[in-house]
Amino acid sequence: MDNIITHSPGFFRDERVGSSKAMARSLWNRVLSTLCITLSLLTLVPLISIVYLVLKNGLPLLKWSVFTTLPPAAGMVGGGFGNAVLGTMVMVGLGLVISAPIGILSAIYIHEYSPASHLARAVRIVAKLLTGIPSIICGVFAFATVVATTGTFSAYAGGVALAVLMLPTILLTSEQALLGVQSAYREASYGLGATKFQTILRVVLPDALPAVMTGIMLAVARAAGETAPLIFTALFSQFWAKSLSEPTASLSVLIYNFATVPFPHQIQMAWTASLVLVAFVTIANIASQMVFSKKH
Amino acid sequence: MSPNMQEERISRHDSAGHATPGRTDFLSVRDFDFYYGRKQALFGITMDIPEKQVTAFIGPSGCGKSTLLRNFNRMNELIDGIRHEGDIQLLGQSIYDRGVEVIALRRSIGIVFQKSNPFPKSIYENIVYGLRISGERNRSVLDEAVERSLRGAALWEEAKDRLHESALGLSGGQMQRLCIARAIANRPKVLLMDEPCSALDPIATVKVEELIHELKREFTIVIVTHNMQQATRCSDRTAFFYLGKLIEYDTTQKIFSNPAQKQTEDYITGRFG
Repeated sequence: MDNIITHSPGFFRDERVGSSKAMARSLWNRVLSTLCITLSLLTLVPLISIVYLVLKNGLPLLKWSVFTTLPPAAGMVGGGFGNAVLGTMVMVGLGLVISAPIGILSAIYIHEYSPASHLARAVRIVAKLLTGIPSIICGVFAFATVVATTGTFSAYAGGVALAVLMLPTILLTSEQALLGVQSAYREASYGLGATKFQTILRVVLPDALPAVMTGIMLAVARAAGETAPLIFTALFSQFWAKSLSEPTASLSVLIYNFATVPFPHQIQMAWTASLVLVAFVTIANIASQMVFSKKH
Repeated sequence: MSPNMQEERISRHDSAGHATPGRTDFLSVRDFDFYYGRKQALFGITMDIPEKQVTAFIGPSGCGKSTLLRNFNRMNELIDGIRHEGDIQLLGQSIYDRGVEVIALRRSIGIVFQKSNPFPKSIYENIVYGLRISGERNRSVLDEAVERSLRGAALWEEAKDRLHESALGLSGGQMQRLCIARAIANRPKVLLMDEPCSALDPIATVKVEELIHELKREFTIVIVTHNMQQATRCSDRTAFFYLGKLIEYDTTQKIFSNPAQKQTEDYITGRFG
């Protein structure tokens, strides 16, 4: 026994001497592990509390009628926010129609056609800068370009503002999606005599599609919840939109309006609208990961 | 040209026993230099590749054999900054002619890569890809091509009941044979094979080598291989490359039994490489 201890490597000696160093190390290890676990649990708190509050306050008034009726007048009860739900869907849709083709085709250019060109580099830098743009600036831009020139607040203006918001996300995630396509597939396609366009259309895009759709859904989820871009582009409306070139209601602006009036019923409505919005965003996020996952 | 060339012209026979001379210069290379940017990878290569025979390119890593192979169907043009001097001709016509469409050239000269790369599509769609991109839409033509190509690649029995299942569900050896089927569906004149068996297990390798014996009845084949036993088993002529130069090019039998160059002998006896 003696031989083993006196002729052993250093760490054996350490442990034997009262093993206080060992105990200190174990303790410190445990403290850090506990700290990590606690902080991780802490990150769940905001999400859980939001979901809890929104469910608790919003569920009571959640009925089918909220999707089919118009907002109640000040002080009145009943009604819903069907026009706001529709408005949000329409304007996010408009924004998508504008930003998705531009984003995806730009990503194809900067990845497949000339990745090293000055234009490609400029596009990448600008897209990354745009992701940080405050959403109200998107609204200001749409105001200056659409509202000021057409002379009216409209769903078009709201759509344009949301498009500016969604474009950088769609472009950058599409580029990532294209990066994820194996170059072996492209090689095989060219080897069989395909043109670049055919290769992109028949091999690259189909393979990248799930990741592209994920990027789109994430952009949609974000855009649906934005208020600032819509405040002075689409404004608000108490009525069903009859055309796209008039002020249009949206869920986020409705929540803003109803939460700031002193009528308890309206405030209650705001909670319910919040519930609908949170539910939509959550479902969109989950769907984007599940539905569009690659199956190999 | 070695005297052996003359013998070859009359040594090929068809099934009725009649001599069928193939062109010895089906694919020819003339004074070919190739550069990756400023680095020269091939030096003055001159050789003739005969019709409907298997020609093997051997040599140590980095000797330029794959580089030369990929020039035959201008695949290297996918890389930026490459440059060549000299010429490569298919049936007497330069592949670099103004009038030559690269996409048509690649349909005439097919390629199978080292690591099999079937598309993430069904077996059927993989094989008809080459036909679809050239505009073929007739269902019966496509069906016929699928059966012909799969039979040609010795994969028909194994694949005929799962034509519309994903190609990625096949085993490694089957995937490589699928890539061969996909390449021959285009009815190319030449089939290039870049180390087709290096990622396969021995049994799959044997199947592919047997396939090569069958395929050379219909296609001119050029195969790059690290495996000298494979070259002896499969090829009719062998070219030995070293550091970008063509050291020796002759019938396989001569190269491996009585090479003229010392470097060749050193390589095949394993003294280097």
